[in-house]
Amino acid sequence: MEEELMNKKRPIISTGGRGPAAGEKKRLPMAARYAINAVLVLVVLVIGELMIDGGAITRYQSTVLEQVGVYIILAVSLNIATGYLGQLPLGHAGFMSVGAYGCAIFVMRMGDLLGVGMRDFTTGTPLSILIVIAGLVFGGLCAAIAGVIIGIPALRLKGDYLAIITLAFAEIIRVVMLNIDSVLGFTLTRGAKGLTGIPGYSSFLLVFGCVALVCFLIHTMMKSRHGRAILAIRDNEIAAEASGVNTTYYKTLAFVVSAFFAGVAGGLYAGCIGVLQPAYFGFMKSIEILVMVVLGGMGSMLGSALSATVLTILPEALRAFSEYRMIVYAVVLILVMIFRPQGLLGSYDFSLSRIIERVMNRDFPWKKKAESAAKEAAGEGVSADAER
Amino acid sequence: MPSDKKKHRPVLVQVETPNLIPERDLGSIPVLQAEHLGIDFGGLTAVDDFNIAMGRTEISGLIGPNGAGKTTIFNLLTNVYKPTRGTVLIDGYDTAGKSVADVNRMGIARTFQNIRLFSKMTVEQNVLVGFGNTMKTHLITDMLRLPGHWKQEAEFHDRALELLDIFDMRTYADTLAGNLPYGAQRRLEILRALATGPKVLLLDEPAAGMNPAETEELMENIQKIRDEFQIAILLIEHDMSLVMGVCEVVGVLDYGKIIAKGTPEQIQNDPRVIEAYLGKQEVK
Repeated sequence: MEEELMNKKRPIISTGGRGPAAGEKKRLPMAARYAINAVLVLVVLVIGELMIDGGAITRYQSTVLEQVGVYIILAVSLNIATGYLGQLPLGHAGFMSVGAYGCAIFVMRMGDLLGVGMRDFTTGTPLSILIVIAGLVFGGLCAAIAGVIIGIPALRLKGDYLAIITLAFAEIIRVVMLNIDSVLGFTLTRGAKGLTGIPGYSSFLLVFGCVALVCFLIHTMMKSRHGRAILAIRDNEIAAEASGVNTTYYKTLAFVVSAFFAGVAGGLYAGCIGVLQPAYFGFMKSIEILVMVVLGGMGSMLGSALSATVLTILPEALRAFSEYRMIVYAVVLILVMIFRPQGLLGSYDFSLSRIIERVMNRDFPWKKKAESAAKEAAGEGVSADAER
Repeated sequence: MPSDKKKHRPVLVQVETPNLIPERDLGSIPVLQAEHLGIDFGGLTAVDDFNIAMGRTEISGLIGPNGAGKTTIFNLLTNVYKPTRGTVLIDGYDTAGKSVADVNRMGIARTFQNIRLFSKMTVEQNVLVGFGNTMKTHLITDMLRLPGHWKQEAEFHDRALELLDIFDMRTYADTLAGNLPYGAQRRLEILRALATGPKVLLLDEPAAGMNPAETEELMENIQKIRDEFQIAILLIEHDMSLVMGVCEVVGVLDYGKIIAKGTPEQIQNDPRVIEAYLGKQEVK
């Protein structure tokens, strides 16, 4: 499982820190890096699918896996706003619910309209797949619109204030979902009764295909001028502004992209559990997602994905001790916060290409250690340039 | 007059502003001009009636005792503070109502007294943030890694390294900015400002915390930047050897007001300046 996740991760920020390079290093061409990662993702997807088909993974386990995928997308998307932008929004479940309802209603209506039955969605006829993909995009867009509406006023605030206002907005969304039918007289969300009869269109392939795609898109965004602007705002907002970064635009952009992917995750979630109730998307859900990001390390995509995996599987695995699992959960959190406040992985991100390059350059950590030890012995301290 | 203040178009400048040196050639319009600039914080007038007109490739200095309002002037020029009175024109364009980022795009870049780098990003990335507005790719092009993205990234990777070469910092390109030695951080801040393609560079105490040798080097670098980029530089500094060595014009600020301006020689002998720094001389 871990290996499978790692394959999809690429570095966001090269951690650098290797200091001035001596001489030219061999580098992997970009095309090769992308090819290697794409092949690995494909291999993992195929192996997973074969294991499910062959019965090595039970139906229950594959459902849990799908949930894992959904939470990975949620955590990774929240990580844009928390880890990269450096803000603390507490309303991620709100965007997830908008996406979930948007996608579910879209798929159900289109299914009726085009005559695609419930069964076709589970078996996956070409038309149904098309509808589901369109539905996920639609759900994402709905969430993104909600993100714009909430982001523009909320992002004028910082820190605790932003947390509170996003929390409030998420609650508003939940209440709207609950009451929109009775107030406006539609039959959209069906309020507290819950939206039932959503086709079970989420499958291992779809969910993890989305995970790979979302991770790829976030990675590519962060490694472009847009991503650099977002990171610059996190590191020093005043300096970013003075360097010509339109902070309002980029904050909203990060927030909206984060909301979009949360909406996609919501759409997958709807197809995974088949019933939607506004109560699913309460305050605790937002906290749960935030905990995943903080635990994994803010700014680390791999960290968010790993902790999303662990925190989704753990409650399932501890079902036998259900009375104690919340205690275990809390204790784990407390311990991590005491001993590793920056999160398990800090801002480290895994890069397969980087490792391959290291091997190509014969640049191994143990070698470096020996080198620096030799240097110290020769009396060469740290660079003489360093002062203060 | 204030009605067309917000329009983004050149304003014909009546150079009633007393130039720091009258005979200096300003070209058709000064690259940076401020008239009667002032700001009040509550009842306190932090800066009052500040005037400046800078030529295209001029190096000017702003000195004054602590708390005189030097950094406040920088903040006014870059619109971090909205001026209570007066106007700022960059190349003839009024900055009133513009955001800080817009003002940067109009041609002012600055460094900070207490270094503000993007410390968790690499040196190259710091410079690339400065290039951000010159890069034109759309978000979708970048996210899908279309050919335009690669072309642009390659171009700006080279440009960033070229820029780093100015201060011999190419070898640091992959180092995290926060891990750089202090002097290099100051240099990187200047480079990041230069990457935004400014017409005027504001340096807020560039020599703070540097030893005499480094200050000497900085002095050369400031002239080098002016010659290579053909830009105007306005600097705040307490190090008199730097100010007197590099600036063509010096203004002295005390209690938010310019009390003297002129060439370094004139300033050094001005009784008002000596009074501001050392106090009044006893009359025997």
